[in-house]
Amino acid sequence: MSTDTPSDDMLPDEPMIDSDVIAPAPVSEWEAEEQERLERQTAEPAQELTVEQELVLTGGPWPERDGETMIINMGPQHPSTHGVLRLMLELDGEEIVRAKPVIGYLHTGMEKTGEELTYVQGATNVTRMDYASPLSNELVYSTAVEQLLEIEVPERAVWIRMLMCELNRMSSHLLFQATNGMDLGAVSMMVYGWREREEVLRFLEKVTGLRMNHNYIRPGGVAVDLPPDWADDVLALCEVVEEGVREYETILNENPIWLERTVGVGTITTDECLALGITGPILRSTGYPWDLRKTMPYLAYDQVDFDVIYTENGDVFDRYRIRLYEILESIRIVRQCVKLMPLGDYRSQDRKITPPPRARIDESMEALIHHFKIFTEGFRVPAGETYAAVESPRGEIGCYLVSDGGPKPVRMHVRGPSFYNLQSLAPMVLGEMVADGVAVISSVDPIMGEVDR
Amino acid sequence: MTDADDAREEMHEDEASEAPARPDDVVAAAVLDRFDGAVYRSSLGQSVVYVAREQWRDVLEYLRDEHDFVQGLDICAVDHLVDAVRPEIAGVEFERFEIVANLLSHSQRRRIRVITQVPESDPTVPSVIDVYPGLAFAERETWDLFGIDFPGHAGLARILMPDDWEGHPLRKDDAPARVPVTFKGDPAPR
Repeated sequence: MSTDTPSDDMLPDEPMIDSDVIAPAPVSEWEAEEQERLERQTAEPAQELTVEQELVLTGGPWPERDGETMIINMGPQHPSTHGVLRLMLELDGEEIVRAKPVIGYLHTGMEKTGEELTYVQGATNVTRMDYASPLSNELVYSTAVEQLLEIEVPERAVWIRMLMCELNRMSSHLLFQATNGMDLGAVSMMVYGWREREEVLRFLEKVTGLRMNHNYIRPGGVAVDLPPDWADDVLALCEVVEEGVREYETILNENPIWLERTVGVGTITTDECLALGITGPILRSTGYPWDLRKTMPYLAYDQVDFDVIYTENGDVFDRYRIRLYEILESIRIVRQCVKLMPLGDYRSQDRKITPPPRARIDESMEALIHHFKIFTEGFRVPAGETYAAVESPRGEIGCYLVSDGGPKPVRMHVRGPSFYNLQSLAPMVLGEMVADGVAVISSVDPIMGEVDR
Repeated sequence: MTDADDAREEMHEDEASEAPARPDDVVAAAVLDRFDGAVYRSSLGQSVVYVAREQWRDVLEYLRDEHDFVQGLDICAVDHLVDAVRPEIAGVEFERFEIVANLLSHSQRRRIRVITQVPESDPTVPSVIDVYPGLAFAERETWDLFGIDFPGHAGLARILMPDDWEGHPLRKDDAPARVPVTFKGDPAPR
């Protein structure tokens, strides 16, 4: 091993008797230590417990490290960062003293793309922003376009939109339950969450043709009417999801490990939320029942009966509970939608905005022209500007739309709730452990497609 | 263009010409009283106040403190370089950029929109992150995508684009990765 000359005390105690035997190779310090350790461990009393060798297994207080901090990067390829969020964490030991979210890794210039697409095509673009709740994006965009056009959407379209958005809220919150469980180590929750979400997505696929990125809600109404047996499907899936939610309650609500990881972790106050422009479940978890569906109703939310879920503590556990019970409220709304769904048109009959039915194209010259114009040039929207907002599963999603009278918007800006909610990370992880940082990121439920747009 | 389209446009133009009238919106009226040169406009039923750039921060602070607009939801910019039509608003001198802030009052359950004009030659707007800290990301985004500076914002850095990116992609004359070809009379390289 080493060529160090052995010191005297390292040499064997007894002098060599046989002088003919070549003296053993010089023994290094390391080898001597190994030898000594081996002898000690194989000696007779080695297996007996001794009092002097007491080990403290719980760790105990760490030695004070005055002013010595370390900055580490978490992400952008970290499994708990929900895509490509990067967090710069300044750590004092295990404690987070500063956090800075770094975003932009998923920036695809959707707002720029939105300026190049006609109003007809725009819904395909915005639906890809918040890919966990695409229908909210489509709804807010379509609402903004309809405000500029000053058209009324038929009653049935309003209710279909509400039904679909609530189903989407369910699927989005179920996805949260799955990923939140996965992030905190409750891996069975991941499977359960996705199991129930699939039920919802199956119905969305049946109606819109796609599991995600539906392009279903369009300016003027919705793309297609509901299939004939939709009510049975919806009621059946509500049963399944409701049963699932009860299961999650059983698994998690009183689970000591779960409570240990979530209760009192990553707290935020109402004032902080209001100052930081945070909306949705995070704001409601601080004991502030602000939900646009209730407080500033759009669609037909003022005609259905539901409660706004809110809690007092503003920690990770509360945000989990709010999203869990919002699923049940959405089921309530969906069941009322099934009961109250009106008959009639599913999209505006304004031929300048909605394409004519397929059959009319063969028999009417005008219908053919309208169809052609809508899908090539698009319809013109009067000059003006508007801001529309709806409550997405993550908070207030807004769309600021500016038109110059042409078929394409001058500016299409989407206020993504996740973009603003991410700012809550910094105050929430302050003073928490690194592992709790993961719980906090998960509880914000950011969708990076919407953050980076 | 059909008759229906024309009718719709006329409707919007009528609205624009009504601008200098006294607003029936209490908050907007208070802003108009307090700040000289502010202009109120009802845009499709939504309250919009046009203010001068120097008053920008004061107006937002006033709305937050006196009228309980607790949440500054959003700030974004609009580039009006190549607008085909830009309806006149009496009392507002248009510039190339507009900065738009959307505020929300929970107690009154209403919104208000504050807009200021920003010239191309001096694209700066006072930062409002001491009024609404949540708009820090939004101001960074506006700087990143439009190149509008917010003096007073300490950490104004690119947020969506890479740090070494050149240009501001949401400007109408920004043409990333395109070979510059000059056409006479064209407002932007395409």
